[in-house]
Amino acid sequence: MTTELRVRAAQALGRDRVRANIRRAMDGLIDKRRAAFPDTEELERLRDQGKAIRDHALAKLPALLEQLEQNCTANGIRVHWAQDADAANGIILDIIRRHGGTAIIKGKSMVSEEIGLNRFLEEKGVEPIETDLGELIIQLAQEHPSHIVAPAVHKDRREIAELFNRHYPDEPYSEDIERLTAMARRVMRERFKATKIGLSGVNFAVAETGTLCLIENEGNGRLSTTAPDVHIAVTGIEKVVARLEHLAPLLTLLTRSATGQPITTYVNMISGPRKPEELDGPHEVHLVLLDNGRSRIHADPELRATLRCIRCAACMNHCPVYVRIGGHGYGTVYPGPIGAILEPQLQGLARQGELAQASTLCGACAAVCPVRIPIPQLLNRLRFEQAQAGRKDAGAGAWMERHLWRLWAWIYASPARYERFMGLVTSLGWLAKISVGPWARTRTAPRIAKRSLHDLAREEGLSND
Amino acid sequence: MSKPERVLFFGTCLVDLNNPEAGLAAMRLIQKAGVQVRFPQGQTCCGQPAYNAGYRDEARRVARLQIEALQGSEPVVVPSASCAGMMRNHYPRLFEGTPDAPRAKDLANRVVELCDFLDRVLAIELADHGPPLRVAVHHSCSARREMGVADSAAALLRRLENITVVEPDHAEECCGFGGTFALKEPEISAAMATDKASAIAATAAPILVSQDCGCLMNIGGTAEKAGFELKTMHIAELLWERTGKDV
Repeated sequence: MTTELRVRAAQALGRDRVRANIRRAMDGLIDKRRAAFPDTEELERLRDQGKAIRDHALAKLPALLEQLEQNCTANGIRVHWAQDADAANGIILDIIRRHGGTAIIKGKSMVSEEIGLNRFLEEKGVEPIETDLGELIIQLAQEHPSHIVAPAVHKDRREIAELFNRHYPDEPYSEDIERLTAMARRVMRERFKATKIGLSGVNFAVAETGTLCLIENEGNGRLSTTAPDVHIAVTGIEKVVARLEHLAPLLTLLTRSATGQPITTYVNMISGPRKPEELDGPHEVHLVLLDNGRSRIHADPELRATLRCIRCAACMNHCPVYVRIGGHGYGTVYPGPIGAILEPQLQGLARQGELAQASTLCGACAAVCPVRIPIPQLLNRLRFEQAQAGRKDAGAGAWMERHLWRLWAWIYASPARYERFMGLVTSLGWLAKISVGPWARTRTAPRIAKRSLHDLAREEGLSND
Repeated sequence: MSKPERVLFFGTCLVDLNNPEAGLAAMRLIQKAGVQVRFPQGQTCCGQPAYNAGYRDEARRVARLQIEALQGSEPVVVPSASCAGMMRNHYPRLFEGTPDAPRAKDLANRVVELCDFLDRVLAIELADHGPPLRVAVHHSCSARREMGVADSAAALLRRLENITVVEPDHAEECCGFGGTFALKEPEISAAMATDKASAIAATAAPILVSQDCGCLMNIGGTAEKAGFELKTMHIAELLWERTGKDV
């Protein structure tokens, strides 16, 4: 069946330049991660620790969220709860309007992508200004991020040079990375000075201290959260951890898994607005905690592991499907293996169920996940849920699929039927020659033996007791 | 596991239909090492195709038959890391909470992948009678990651002294087979298989071996369609061909 995913994937596969860009970038990230974890024992110990910390936080999620709210409030951070994307967007717009804002400067935030914040704000007459270099590139190109850590990873230097040249005609044309970065910085500085409201994501929210931890490499995160009068932080409810000491192992897992860095250039620990005696910092800090389906995921003991994710993107960096179709091939905010388990749960199997099929279950993702999310096992679970739903589906495709499996089981669950089936197939070797369909487009037909192993083993006397 | 007197052999449905010579070679290797082999005729398929497609009831029906067919106390040797992984790791989960759970767990504990068995359990000695040969190896994802038995395949190949083993670029990457994945997402699967076949062709080895027939069928079919001169062989066939003849 030619599905939307297949159409998108085929388009993505046809873009040779993008494919080459992604392959080059992913190979680089894989090498960097490997170099960052030279000691396998230490890595495995850290992964155990990371998993345990995240499991602990998820086991006590409701209590920790209450504690987080209390401690943030005590620190002067205003906490807002958003059931879904609309609620989160509404809360953010209210804050902006209350301050008469017409623009916000944004640090990188995947949750803001999840809720479609930029489009929403534009419709309401508020300009969202992306300040992360990758996000800026994406915004100028009017695209969506293709990777959760490196949003413009599908673009090469020349494309970016041309893009900047179109949008910043006063700046000299350059394909030099440092010059391009300097260009973005010059443009951004003016926006930082003039904009009164900043928005950022959150990497971890610490319940015991009411601290928001935000890591980044460009300093735009620090500027977005300290230069404006108002800072709005937006994050998913699962990002809470119990204790401050939990950050050290999680941060080292996150940065080493993501980019191979021992630590990011900036580690921001935001613990409230400017105090009376302080000279800088925002006057107001808001924290918007988004559910948007996470409670539902949390309620299932097996699927809950999805929420352990710390968004390092190592799973997509190592994924043979992602490296070929890129983030845009998935057509969802969160691509790659984590997207393939998260998006069907956030948006429902009816809408995104096919993503669970977009994997060979090769296990490369689970082998590198810093918090040991068993992604193949969860994909299997989602496929099971989908098949269960398919049993009640009246559509022709679903009918055909479930009856094929029923027929398969009918043959393969009976030695007698299997023997007759094999006898038939092996005697009709020419069947393979006329094989058509998707398999045969790029492959010769599978060989069919003249005699089965069952026959050969019997003949060799290997089946006698 | 210590060296057993006798083993049961689970051939897998793919070997049965596509490459029975591999199953026969595997059983001969085991016999030559002094272990009796029995191939129960009641076996069919481990059930993985349905299990991975989400059809657990159908997978259970078929898996239950294997539990019947493979009763006993002997180790069950499987010439595929993928099918061995299904039986070893997923049977206990598939039968959890059913009356067959204890039998499923018992079988799971007896399952051992062929290369693992030859290398670690039998510590098999291989005298290579073949001419010098360059061989490319593809370790399946199940062998490499799920079962951790890729090392054993590599160790067996190292025992063939006239063989030079090469691995392709991006060796750790999946070949794109993935069972029903190849049919459900054929474009992505084809792209992966084409890259894998090209990387193997670039090693200039005339032969590709693997411990999983699914990968071989996928890579071999792609290589043939692309016109590459590449013969694919299950590792058991290569081992038997070069060491089994004269003793």
